[in-house]
Amino acid sequence: MQVARVIPCLDVDAGRVVKGVNFVDIRDAGDPVELAARYDAEGADELVFLDITASSDRRDTTVAMARAVADEVFIPFTIGGGIRTLDDARRLLRAGADKVSVNTAAVRRPELVREISLEFGAQCCVVAVDARSSTEAPSGYEVFTHGGRTRTGIDCLEWVGEAERLGAGEILLTSMDRDGTRKGFELNLTSKVSESVSVPVIASGGVGTLDHLVEGVVEGKADAVLAASIFHYGEHTIAEAKTRMAAAGITVRPA
Amino acid sequence: MKARAKPLVAILDYGIGNLHSAQKGFEHAGADARLTADRGLIKAADGVVLPGVGAFAPCMAALGRTGLDAAARDVVASGRPFMGICVGMQVLFAGSDEAPGTPGLGVFDRDVRWIPGPVKLPQMQWNVLDRRLDHPMLAGLDDPVWAYFVHSLAPETGDGTDVVATCDYGGPVVAAVARDNVWAAQFHPEKSSRVGLRILANFVAAAAEAE
Repeated sequence: MQVARVIPCLDVDAGRVVKGVNFVDIRDAGDPVELAARYDAEGADELVFLDITASSDRRDTTVAMARAVADEVFIPFTIGGGIRTLDDARRLLRAGADKVSVNTAAVRRPELVREISLEFGAQCCVVAVDARSSTEAPSGYEVFTHGGRTRTGIDCLEWVGEAERLGAGEILLTSMDRDGTRKGFELNLTSKVSESVSVPVIASGGVGTLDHLVEGVVEGKADAVLAASIFHYGEHTIAEAKTRMAAAGITVRPA
Repeated sequence: MKARAKPLVAILDYGIGNLHSAQKGFEHAGADARLTADRGLIKAADGVVLPGVGAFAPCMAALGRTGLDAAARDVVASGRPFMGICVGMQVLFAGSDEAPGTPGLGVFDRDVRWIPGPVKLPQMQWNVLDRRLDHPMLAGLDDPVWAYFVHSLAPETGDGTDVVATCDYGGPVVAAVARDNVWAAQFHPEKSSRVGLRILANFVAAAAEAE
């Protein structure tokens, strides 16, 4: 039985959740622990925290956050953003994160994927890939880094294949063409990547409706769907998402 | 029930992986949970937990290096409640496809095998526990019981008499086993939300009663 996962993504800056999460009766909309506990109670399958802390000397706040979340919340969570070295990964995993996701640093130095995977196991090592359509890339999609700003000239399918060979346990795939548009996942990209690797793929970027989540799994063949704004701003609950997915014939853990 | 307010649960710390969630999970489940490699504390514990992540061979090597392989065997033989989690379950078996030639602890006399294809590996998802035995591990939980799995290998079924639950992943996959005082879960109770905390609490209850 393949069970699709629904994963809210929270942006954190210096250990605080930003871009406001709008739950009713939340005491502190910036508190990652309270929000994570809330999403756990609502039936989220996992959580992703994307660290957007600009200055690296404030990264300790992210380690402290990982520990605080792990103290109170008993579903898996991933921390991504700004992980440059094996030591960065080690500190977050030791603090209680279940997985780390690496992006720019892995493109720059692919051995980082192997190092994390060897030390902590492939299950801890998520490779986040930001892709944009490109007529120059053989697959039609090129890898971008630095939050989607920097071209790499690397073909997306080539890179996810290499990431898997290096020991990635999961691919977090974001379409930079769709991210923030609310037009839905880039389904062609998602299905191409899902079909080309044997590790699980999390689809990300563009979710604006519950039907988009359904499409990500059915047409995109993703193993998990990640979304931010539709959950954070109270438009939809995790339960609504799962009900819609189940109605479309997708197996989910009921919220 | 003994006088001690909270059962002492020793989580064997042999330098493998993140044990933070396991400790916090057992604390939430009502235990005085300690990460430890201390023989005295392990001997004094009401229940002992063998966690494990990553791969079979590094876990066995680390257990050997720290001498906690012998400590674990002693606890198993002592009759005190013992629980293996994830790779901490797999090392209770005789060996693994993942590490041919590396013996496990051999508490269960059969091997751990790759999950047969064509499913994606690792199984990294929530899945339903299909009960095979009525066992205290899953007491108080209403079906369907959902648990979080991250693994590419699983123990052989054997004659099935110790298989508490399986999950369906391209066919039945052993999800939990138990024999006498030894419980073992392939899934991560410490990552399985309320369901998982109940399973941990069931173990803590067994530890409280065992004295």
